[in-house]
Amino acid sequence: MTEFLDFIVNGQSHRLAVPPLTRLVDVLRDFLSLTGTKIGCNAGDCGACTVLIDGKQTCACMTAAAQAAGREIVTVEGLAADGALNELQAAFLRHGASQCGICSPGMLMAASSLLRQNQTPTKAEVEDALGGVLCRCTGYQKIIEAVLDVGGGAPEITGKAVGASLPKPDGPAKLTGVEKYGADDIPADCLWLRILRSPLASADVELGDFTDVIERTAGLEAVLTHKDIPFNRFGIYATGKDQPVLAETCVRYRGDALVALVGTKEAILALGLADLPVTLTEKPAVTGVAAAKAVGAPQLHEGKLHNLLIEGIVDKGNVFEAVKHAEVHVEGRFETSFVEHAYIEPEAGWAQRVGDRVEMHATTQTASMDRDEIANVLQVGLDKVRVIPTACGGGFGGKLDVSVQPILAVAAMRFDKPVACIYERPESMASSTKRHPALISCRFSAGSDGKLSSAEMTADFDTGAYASWGPTVAGRVPVHGSGPYFVPNVRVTGRAYYTNSPPSGAFRGFGVPQAAIAHEAMMDDLAEKLGLDRLEIRRLNAIRAGDETATGQRLEASAGLPACLDALAPHWRKLNEDAVHFNNRNPQASVRRGAGIGAMWYGIGNTALTNPSTMEVGIGGDGTIMLFNGAVDIGQGSNTILPQICADAVGLPAEKFRYIMGDTDRTKDAGKTSASRQTFVSGKAAEFAGLELRHAILRHANAGEEAHLELDGHILRVTDGEAVREIDLAALPADADGMVFRGAGHFDPPTTPLDANGQGVPYATYGFAAQIAEVEVDMELGTTRVLRIVAAHDVGRAINPQQVEGQIQGGIAQGLGLALMEEYIPGKTENLHDYLIPTIGDMPRMDILIIEDPEPLGPFGAKGVGEPGLVPTAPAIFGAIRHATGVRVTRAPMLPHRLRAEIRKREKGNG
Amino acid sequence: MGSYYRPTNMTDLQAALRSGPVHILAGGTDFYPARVGRPLIEDILDLTAVPELCGIEETAWSWRIGATTTWTDIIRADLPPLYEGLKAAAREVGGWQVQNAGTIGGNLCNASPAADGVPALLSLGAEVELLDSEKRELIDLTDFILGNRKTRLQPGQVLTAIVIPKPRAATVRSVFLKLGARKYLVISLVMVAIVLETDKDDRIIACRVAVGACSEVAMRLGALEEVLLGEKRSSELQDLVTRAHIAPLTPIDDIRASKAYRLDAALTVIRRALAQIGSLS
Repeated sequence: MTEFLDFIVNGQSHRLAVPPLTRLVDVLRDFLSLTGTKIGCNAGDCGACTVLIDGKQTCACMTAAAQAAGREIVTVEGLAADGALNELQAAFLRHGASQCGICSPGMLMAASSLLRQNQTPTKAEVEDALGGVLCRCTGYQKIIEAVLDVGGGAPEITGKAVGASLPKPDGPAKLTGVEKYGADDIPADCLWLRILRSPLASADVELGDFTDVIERTAGLEAVLTHKDIPFNRFGIYATGKDQPVLAETCVRYRGDALVALVGTKEAILALGLADLPVTLTEKPAVTGVAAAKAVGAPQLHEGKLHNLLIEGIVDKGNVFEAVKHAEVHVEGRFETSFVEHAYIEPEAGWAQRVGDRVEMHATTQTASMDRDEIANVLQVGLDKVRVIPTACGGGFGGKLDVSVQPILAVAAMRFDKPVACIYERPESMASSTKRHPALISCRFSAGSDGKLSSAEMTADFDTGAYASWGPTVAGRVPVHGSGPYFVPNVRVTGRAYYTNSPPSGAFRGFGVPQAAIAHEAMMDDLAEKLGLDRLEIRRLNAIRAGDETATGQRLEASAGLPACLDALAPHWRKLNEDAVHFNNRNPQASVRRGAGIGAMWYGIGNTALTNPSTMEVGIGGDGTIMLFNGAVDIGQGSNTILPQICADAVGLPAEKFRYIMGDTDRTKDAGKTSASRQTFVSGKAAEFAGLELRHAILRHANAGEEAHLELDGHILRVTDGEAVREIDLAALPADADGMVFRGAGHFDPPTTPLDANGQGVPYATYGFAAQIAEVEVDMELGTTRVLRIVAAHDVGRAINPQQVEGQIQGGIAQGLGLALMEEYIPGKTENLHDYLIPTIGDMPRMDILIIEDPEPLGPFGAKGVGEPGLVPTAPAIFGAIRHATGVRVTRAPMLPHRLRAEIRKREKGNG
Repeated sequence: MGSYYRPTNMTDLQAALRSGPVHILAGGTDFYPARVGRPLIEDILDLTAVPELCGIEETAWSWRIGATTTWTDIIRADLPPLYEGLKAAAREVGGWQVQNAGTIGGNLCNASPAADGVPALLSLGAEVELLDSEKRELIDLTDFILGNRKTRLQPGQVLTAIVIPKPRAATVRSVFLKLGARKYLVISLVMVAIVLETDKDDRIIACRVAVGACSEVAMRLGALEEVLLGEKRSSELQDLVTRAHIAPLTPIDDIRASKAYRLDAALTVIRRALAQIGSLS
């Protein structure tokens, strides 16, 4: 049934023939092409689809088209005319309030509804009004600052680009709704694809004949099965390609892909597993590491004895001897859960055949790895695949694995039409990778002076049904398990076990956040035993330039943990005093305050593997500088940072830069956006490319190294002392890309493979940080409110300080979620109301202290910060809970009922 | 694809109820989330264009809240202190987006054990008005919600209004407290709503204490109410509640909290709600 809908959208009257029950968000996106309104969940949990209806903010995903009749709707596209920014949007840009940008339209509309009724809101009022929109990138602080500063002035930015908080070049597109994410630019004539997935964690699969269903179902073109996939395996490592694109004889987790329907949207939506000849016979599932190791446990993969995927080890010195002679020993066992990335943009994309090639437009963190994987699944050469990444609405590691790409490529090669696929939120959550749950046992030993003599750790990780990034976690954790400290004797083992759970993959920190919970509890234990201040014991042991790491690597420079701790020290003293005063002042109160500290280190880039990036830059006849940038910006800011670095290397302003991002036909391989590597690795490549471009120009102008460049339209002025040479760029011969001068740069950070004892140089540089937390615990309810985080991060050099702050604040938000609320349980938390991530009201005030201990290898001294923001947060919060309550936290997340149980246990013990 | 009917007056609505089973739609905030990734094929009767179903009306003996009155309507309405608890509950429903669309009638018909509106309405002694093609009937809210996602609503029947009797006493106070694992957009672990009616000496002459998310259907704690009757209002009311008073609660163990925790927390939240209402000016 279709009716005419009359309504006003962004000031314009429309009359549309739509089914009245259609979600308004689909009307806006599909009928009016207003794709600025995003779909994050279709369930009112995330607020990404927030629009104004008669001035009131409303989720367009829960509004029936019929209910919009006669009403006035405003979407993000209606905030300002002709691509301009209104004052609110300008404030978002100025404050760096948009990272990946997928929540920005919803945030802007929610803020607009507030500002219509209250032009001078308080912070609390902003939080109430924006409380219905989730952001996974920013930690919300810059969003609040932006809304409180509508109409404020912009600081003037002059001089060098590096070190300046330049606004994002892709910011305006994200804030006006113009930016195209995975689901936003799908051709109207495409076929749609939907994957049907296993509701069971482990089952045998029998596939029947689908001919009847296809004939009987109008609009259904095909049911794709594993037989349609040329090479039905994918996975991150060449040796770890163990995940089928579509199931063959069994499924190994709830969410495993069975078959794929291709046809019209209506046809594929109407069919379910029950309508198809697919028989699942349930088998006993392996849940948790203990079950995976158990004698007689079902084996998930052939040749993987005891379900062990991989074991990594670091063994330095003589732990046995060290323990014998140490004066203090502490030990513990720690447990963490599956954690969901919860990027607000679900996986989406489309593909088409172009001649004998396939062209893939999908949301991703890595164009080059996607290309390689697609080529392998199709069994074609790399030159037959072109990947053009869309904007990415958040990744955090979860979009490093392919999702829609392999099956879309297969379908696109088969049909003469483009084929598209968008995951719904529950499908995204059920099928995608997770943070590895960890079971960690450790023992740290020290002298009576508090100096660490040995660190032992065994970390068992639940790697789920398939290998994914399991090997990375098992490799990275042993390197980091002894913490950011100098420890002469270290033995750390990391193991990853297969289970019938979602594949655990890459998630901001690759296992290091879990390990940090353990090593930081050890430091607190030691401080308690020895009567030392918790910050002091960390400073005493902090690894410094000249010290050897657990892998025997001598740190040459840029080891800024002592500087981070020094910067925190005055805040630390104050938070501790405040907590004591508060608790003494209110001895009967049910709330207790506490302060805690966490320290971390993090190797930048791949672990002991080659890790190269190539960047190209050119200047065109019209004076445009083009960065051919293979690095995918997933919100972390490489589209800003890389031009900034390159600009200063060339000696021309960053504003003149444009870029092509990730298109594998037009850019060189810059590697994945992962492991906090793009600023350090691709940044260095961008610096080299800029220098090469500069030299090409200087050679042409016959000018010396110190010459000054200036661009005036298509005239490039080269001033070398007294001599001024004007180059008319338009008059020079251009290459196929329209470039008249070019430069290329390549960087592969120097590392070595690790030997049998895990000794070697796994990373060229490390990020360091420490954070302190102030919390308030309700002793009767077990709830924890984080009041404040002060974070000190050694980033080498902050290329863009505002974006550095943004990365750290966003990391803190995810760390807070990991500590206090996030726990993914298959079948139970496959949506964003049962799976809780922090809202705008859960975030504390965050103060970011940027420490710059330059890294000689990095571009202008910079290293990465993407992951370090998250790592020390949970340890700091747990330390603060312990300070407040006496409860030594050994389990993440510390949900209210768990903390309350621990508090009761202590009260009984004392009473 | 199903039919879609959106009557604009009561006569048409009642006629529609005669014509066969339909799915009733109001704000959509429960309807759409239950259909993520599924085709929308239901025959729909949309209540939101019937003016009589929306708004709050005061009569001599009661208030009548139309079924499609939104949470925002309730928050913004000019109502006596009796409604502070309901307003507080309304502010806890989702974000502003859900408060702008979600309706009080829909909240009851959806019958979630964690429905934010139910404890507050129980504490108000609410009745619900049901309409079918023949007649209207008024039943007690406690008789309307039968279980998790189960109500007494029959096919061909709609909930048209919530009727709240006016209290006998001149002085009435109400509170609502919600415990969740995060600040916004959170499903309750425990909810407590209390209404106290007091005489000129500030003695309690009537009271209703309701707890949500701790049993399949939110419920009143009769034993506690009896103990409170006749007491003088003060923050010390909190000392009157005992474990025995919450014995009727039957919370479950689930991903959000353990059963033991919910009972323990319910006791605490009840105490705090009593302390709060006892010290209101």
